[in-house]
Amino acid sequence: MSLVSIKDVRKSFGSVEVLKGVSIEVGRGDVVAIIGKSGSGKSTLLRCINGLETYDAGCISVDGIDVGKTRGNLRDLRRNVGMVFQQFNLFPHLTAAENVMLAPKVVNRESAHITKALAKETLAKVGLSDKADSYPSQLSGGQQQRVAIARALAMRPNVLLCDEITSALDPELVSEVLRVVERLASDGMTLILVTHEMRFARDVGTKLVFMHQGKVHEEGPPKPLFASPGTPELAQFIGMQH
Amino acid sequence: MNDFSFWVILSNLLLATRWTVLLSLVAFVCGGAVGLALLFARVSKIRWLDTATRAYIEFFQGTPLLMQLFLFFFGVALLGIEVSPWLAASLALTFWTSAFLAEIWRGCVESLPKGQWEAAETLALSYIEQMRYVILPQALRIAIPPTVGFSVQVIKGTALASIIGFVDLTKAGTMLNNATFRPFLVYSLVALIYFALCYPLSWYAHRLERQFNVAR
Amino acid sequence: MTYKLQFAELLPYWDVLLHGLIFTIVLTIVSTIGGIAVGTAGAAARTFGPKWLDPIVAAYVEIIRNTPFIVQLFFIFFGLPAAGVKLSETAAAFLAMVVNLGAYSTEIIRAGIEAVPKGHLEAAESLAMTRMQILRHVVLKQAFQKIYPALASQIIIVMLGSAVVSQISAEDLTYAANYIQSRNFRAFEVYLVVALLYLLLAIAARAVLRGIGRVIFPKA
Repeated sequence: MSLVSIKDVRKSFGSVEVLKGVSIEVGRGDVVAIIGKSGSGKSTLLRCINGLETYDAGCISVDGIDVGKTRGNLRDLRRNVGMVFQQFNLFPHLTAAENVMLAPKVVNRESAHITKALAKETLAKVGLSDKADSYPSQLSGGQQQRVAIARALAMRPNVLLCDEITSALDPELVSEVLRVVERLASDGMTLILVTHEMRFARDVGTKLVFMHQGKVHEEGPPKPLFASPGTPELAQFIGMQH
Repeated sequence: MNDFSFWVILSNLLLATRWTVLLSLVAFVCGGAVGLALLFARVSKIRWLDTATRAYIEFFQGTPLLMQLFLFFFGVALLGIEVSPWLAASLALTFWTSAFLAEIWRGCVESLPKGQWEAAETLALSYIEQMRYVILPQALRIAIPPTVGFSVQVIKGTALASIIGFVDLTKAGTMLNNATFRPFLVYSLVALIYFALCYPLSWYAHRLERQFNVAR
Repeated sequence: MTYKLQFAELLPYWDVLLHGLIFTIVLTIVSTIGGIAVGTAGAAARTFGPKWLDPIVAAYVEIIRNTPFIVQLFFIFFGLPAAGVKLSETAAAFLAMVVNLGAYSTEIIRAGIEAVPKGHLEAAESLAMTRMQILRHVVLKQAFQKIYPALASQIIIVMLGSAVVSQISAEDLTYAANYIQSRNFRAFEVYLVVALLYLLLAIAARAVLRGIGRVIFPKA
């Protein structure tokens, strides 16, 4: 059974339909890379998975929980779905460790020593053990994004959503973040990434989804798709990226 | 109790409102003029002038307006000049207003990029000319919303003049209350009239500020 | 004729001044705490609360901000008893101060809340936090950090404005001044000294507030 199931999801902003019936199945341990031009609906789709956006029709479920419209449901869902944003969105008034510990403390009501252990563990996982007491403003963009990943991991999510997490970074900082994500993938974490890093999508992804004009235009294992795109649109898109 | 009908109370309050409006205008206009002079002194590079202005502003911003009213009311009399509540109130409110406006305007002037001063200076403009032709025209635009906003504080400030015996809206309210023993009605009406004076200005200041933020 | 200032005639009344000074300080501290509590609740109601509450809070804020404090004070002290709510001078003074600062801090804190980037709210939502948890842990601290200077200067303004409570015979510093000058007829000297006391109070309050700010918001 798939972990994340997206069935015929539709979504409009006003009169513009951005998702025109999207269906994707994500299995446990999958690393799904969603690519496509801006405006193809890929970020909107990702934000629908944890209820940041509502959708008009269709069905999304994560680990058997329906992403319905009731609030209680959404909270259960979000405990299991982590998200990392393009703009990091770290809380500036909290240190790196405090950012990581906040949700385990207030949402899961974990004890102080458990949250501390969680912070230690997750910050070590992203290679920032020495920055626990730094404030976001004292960290580089790459470091901030790694803290944001640690913050999401501290909730022990079943699936991690990554929304263009390297797009706001200076080029020299991109690889340190990608390395962290790659390690998560090899540890068996289920990942859904919206990304512009084509090489990463090809080498780390287990599944590639190409979105075009609000629909899944092509999907499949990344390496063969990159080698021989099935549609002229994907071929053109891959060509454009190089 | 019926000799004082609602309409008698209201019309008396409205008549007294004239004096509130007049005192507000005097304080705002004179305070603005003094404030402009203070602004010139405050952003000038003359050390002692700046220090003196700073002390002046600190005093008028750091003490209660009510104390300032008392000081002018009793202090000017010591010089052997007969002071009416009207004169004392006009003086105190003028100086109080000038201190706040000078600080507001200084903030606007200092928000301009330093390069504007330097460019003006390299064109061989004098200090007054730099202010007159380069700095003030730009600062003026930013200064309008907070200045309009402060006019509300001035109107509310004039209410304190009633304490030294100036018959404004608040004083009229007190007098009518003493005559009618209908404090709830009288002070509700007084508050309503102040609100009618102040709210349009608050609203306009807010709108100007939003327009300005959008334009930027 | 030249007038000679005689400050020595104030000395016998030092205890009256001290009493008034303490009253003003306590009044300021209590109304600061009460006013910020009201302001936080008001701002939270306007941004995170139910829709029907918004116009009510907005009306409260606008009425207070667009009428003089002295009229609010008179309304509470003289007007409310007519409606069945009778308050002592001291209680009326405290209530008026809290109501007044509450309105201003509602507006200030609301601005702080609205300045919190939308992405932070989304990040908190993604971490499964409830609206109340987001408000408390993510929004309020950030908001307060941003608006602390504005709030501090409003507290000083309100403290100086509190001189008006002497008009309903609440025994604050200005009341002490009025009392002394009615005894020794040295109005100018008394008011000058008391004005300077207020100035010192304002300078001290500013320093204390700055210190508190440094403790609650370590340089981020």
